[in-house]
Amino acid sequence: MRVTQGTFSFLPDFTDQQIHEQVQYCIDNGWAVSIEYTDDPHPRNTYWEMWGHPMFDNPDAAAVVYELNECRKVYGSYYIRIIAFDSSPGWESIRLSFIVNRPADEPGFKLSRTEVKGRNIQYSITPYSSDKPQGSRYK
Amino acid sequence: MENEGKEKEAKTVTEVNLKEDFQASGVADILAELDKSLIGLKPVKTRIKETASLLLVDKAREKLGLVNESPTLHMSFSGNPGTGKTTVALKMANLLFRLGYVRKGHLVTVTRDDLVGQYIGHTAPKTKEVLKKAMGGVLFIDEAYYLYRPENERDYGQEAIEILLQVMENNRDDLVVILAGYKDKMDKFFESNPGFRSRIAHHIEFPDYSHNELLEIAEVMVASMNYEFNEESKKAMAEYIKIRKKQPHFANARSIRNAIDRARLRQANRVFNNSEGPVGASFLSQIEDVDIRQSRVFSGGIDK
Repeated sequence: MRVTQGTFSFLPDFTDQQIHEQVQYCIDNGWAVSIEYTDDPHPRNTYWEMWGHPMFDNPDAAAVVYELNECRKVYGSYYIRIIAFDSSPGWESIRLSFIVNRPADEPGFKLSRTEVKGRNIQYSITPYSSDKPQGSRYK
Repeated sequence: MENEGKEKEAKTVTEVNLKEDFQASGVADILAELDKSLIGLKPVKTRIKETASLLLVDKAREKLGLVNESPTLHMSFSGNPGTGKTTVALKMANLLFRLGYVRKGHLVTVTRDDLVGQYIGHTAPKTKEVLKKAMGGVLFIDEAYYLYRPENERDYGQEAIEILLQVMENNRDDLVVILAGYKDKMDKFFESNPGFRSRIAHHIEFPDYSHNELLEIAEVMVASMNYEFNEESKKAMAEYIKIRKKQPHFANARSIRNAIDRARLRQANRVFNNSEGPVGASFLSQIEDVDIRQSRVFSGGIDK
């Protein structure tokens, strides 16, 4: 099951050239771009691991694509996303975020129903991949 | 549909107009500005013009599908201090930007301190940070030979050199590296780092300025600060240059700028002591020959 989230979630995966152009748009708007990765695809997993610092003072997107490829060398089988942080007064939040790398095989989520009092049902989802401990998923 | 049309157009390009390209790129303006704003430096200007036309023709050939690979643009500027290496590098960045070889055209100036770390594992991230900052523009490494210190085999400079070489080769489209420094030391640096020599396509040498050129530079500098020389002070300046040039630590245009700064200091002092009542602009901006002749250089001393 293809995990989607963020700004361009309905589009097919970007090529490096397309990533470059999107990142350049962010930089030209004065947003700080950073790279994050994770091996836990649960939608409530908001805070991913940071790959280096947010890049505040690189005028060209090539730097981000370069770092992305460095990150892919190490975590090529993980989810990697690019986020753009807008620090202008009054905003101070993420403006844009999109997935740029995903595992070759995404096993998807298990939906479990728990019957509770009064025949109510509680739903929860668990990624199949998180059965294994962190770091040994998606090998 | 729109894209299809564009593709068709791209395929049917069978001729290019070099003159038109030249005008459209704005390179002519930069070359003219280079000619006007930099005094002397004939060989440098010629080399830059040659490089510019090479790059322009290369771009045209690319349009016609004659070349696929991007040319190596890394350069080395060698020459004595104060011969305008940084100024030319700034112009070069602008030139490459106009020609479409770099995307942003900014210049990042660094020295050994900015690239080499203080402890193990510090150098690589530091160098990469600088390289990332320079991407899309030009990285200017001043006194590049200090990166390589053969007398200390555990020196971290070697690590910075390795990363530099790697990025210079793999990210050729992303940044242009210019190495600068004194001629003899640069030669030694290239001798001991053959990797650099082969990755740098353009070696440009900066000659020393002649007496007349230095005087011309002095006049331009003075004018840019809204001061002026008169006949006597001009003569004094010419004499100053003649003596100063023979002294040690002479740094061409930089020495001239320092001399002018000191002359302004003495001028301000003189004006302040001699003025009574209201004074005009011409009184405040006139540099007299006494302002220059008071320099230690004339009494056998050395100006730093």
